Amino acid sequence: MNLSVKLGSLTLQNPVMVASGTFGYGVEYAQLLDLNQFGAVVVKGIRLGPVRGNPTPRTAEVASGMLNAIGLQGPGVDGFIKKYWPFLSTLKVPTIINIWGTTVEEYAEVARRFDALGGVGALELNVSCPNIKEGGAQFGTDAKLLAGVVRACRKATKLPLITKLSPNVTSIAPYAQAAEAEGSDALAITNSYPAMAIDTETRRPKLANVTGGLTGPCIKPIAIKLVWEAAKAVKIPIIGMGGIQSAADAVEFLMAGATAVAVGTANFYEPQTVPQVIAGLREFMARHNIADVRELVGSVKVAK
Amino acid sequence: MLERTVQIVSNERDTDQYFRLVMRAPELAMAAQPGQFVHLRVMAMKDALLRRPFSIYQARGENLSVLYKTVGKGTDVLARMGPGEELSLIGPLGHGFTVPKAGGETPLLVAGGYGMAAMYMLAERSPQKGVVFVGGRRRVDILCEDEFRKLGWDVRVTTEDGSYGEKGIVTQPLIAELRRGAAGRKLFACGPTAMLKAVAKIAEEFKVPAELSMDEHMCCGVGVCLTCVIPVKTADGWEYQRTCTEGPVFDSREVLWEVPK
Repeated sequence: MNLSVKLGSLTLQNPVMVASGTFGYGVEYAQLLDLNQFGAVVVKGIRLGPVRGNPTPRTAEVASGMLNAIGLQGPGVDGFIKKYWPFLSTLKVPTIINIWGTTVEEYAEVARRFDALGGVGALELNVSCPNIKEGGAQFGTDAKLLAGVVRACRKATKLPLITKLSPNVTSIAPYAQAAEAEGSDALAITNSYPAMAIDTETRRPKLANVTGGLTGPCIKPIAIKLVWEAAKAVKIPIIGMGGIQSAADAVEFLMAGATAVAVGTANFYEPQTVPQVIAGLREFMARHNIADVRELVGSVKVAK
Repeated sequence: MLERTVQIVSNERDTDQYFRLVMRAPELAMAAQPGQFVHLRVMAMKDALLRRPFSIYQARGENLSVLYKTVGKGTDVLARMGPGEELSLIGPLGHGFTVPKAGGETPLLVAGGYGMAAMYMLAERSPQKGVVFVGGRRRVDILCEDEFRKLGWDVRVTTEDGSYGEKGIVTQPLIAELRRGAAGRKLFACGPTAMLKAVAKIAEEFKVPAELSMDEHMCCGVGVCLTCVIPVKTADGWEYQRTCTEGPVFDSREVLWEVPK
């Protein structure tokens, strides 16, 4: 049975990875999980310098999901390399580094720094975080700006590039095509949905940032549709994500057109989700006589 | 840190809205340290997905227990569960209290409401007996007083409505005690943030060390999501640190109560 898939020049032993921001820098879960079983480990978004992040409360539980507005708290490139790379570089599976900046130049500089580091599996361009004032989704919701970021990063590195697209657009196809045209090797679809919740007793927003990003099983059908639409528009592989908590969820993304999948919010409440999804995917393939996971990609039967 | 599916041994009402939950969790019970917590998932909650953190109350033999108050969706569902039903636990988690050393400082514990739960193991493991100051709004908010007395600790109770113990707030008898003598004493506190802030101020005034168990809204419990952060003083200024990982117990001198401008 073959579970391995390719994202550009990057080969994954299986198509199940984690979503940036839901798995820290890997080391936090190393006591509970064998990370070498994963398709890849994807770390939280990193910009050039350290970031303090937003005031609290930063998350709120909602029906079948949660809101977050962390604000990309992080150690910056140097802090990350010093504190987390010694552990990550010992993994047998690829580490994908999610990067961001407030200018095109910053994205390119961060890409150059990780290119020079050596041993990085791929870079994921975060052009879709809804919780920061500058950078993030501002690049992901303007196709020209998005093209500029991908172009600059493509020049800065030979590492495989994954562009993580925002769901907050009228149609995802032009964004997917812009990233593909500028040399992105793969797409990650999708990030969190802009959303809000209010505590009716206090009349205050549940998040200090007022609005945040909605994630978890409640967004899965919306994400499936985006993956399905993007897959029809581009030839590069797609990493599908949004509310995956079981192998059936993962298979659904593959059928919609994703080549790989990422588990996000489920890591917070069930850290064993990734190994469970991998085991369940094998079981599904055996039950349906599927020899190669790639047979599932885009296999949804839609009447013409 | 371990993740285990555990069975409920008992889950009984203590007073009013408070429950004692005992689970069979031998490995977690063995590893538990005073001031640490467990992150509990109630699978029966369905659309409420996230785990809930609870201070470890007692770790005895193969059993681990927590005290909780029914305050929302998660604890309401939990309160209806019974012996034999399963829960998922991750723990023990967090950086707990420093257990006093024999011949060292005399511990003064300060607890508000179910903050008492986080204090029991500390009192049990401390070779130095001390005083427990416990406060609550009403008599039913005073938990596990007898357990502390059985350990041979002096327990001073305050209630805001005067229905039990001294009328007032928990910091009043604490201040009175420190006025009698502060040297050689150390504070350990767990309770609402306003109480912890008051304890930090008292520690500063009386020049005694204090360890505070901070209660912040939590999500992953293991340090990845960065939900439960509080502003903490560092050599270079300040930074957000995680209550679940660097905490929940912090030195009172490190905690900033407001985010610096």
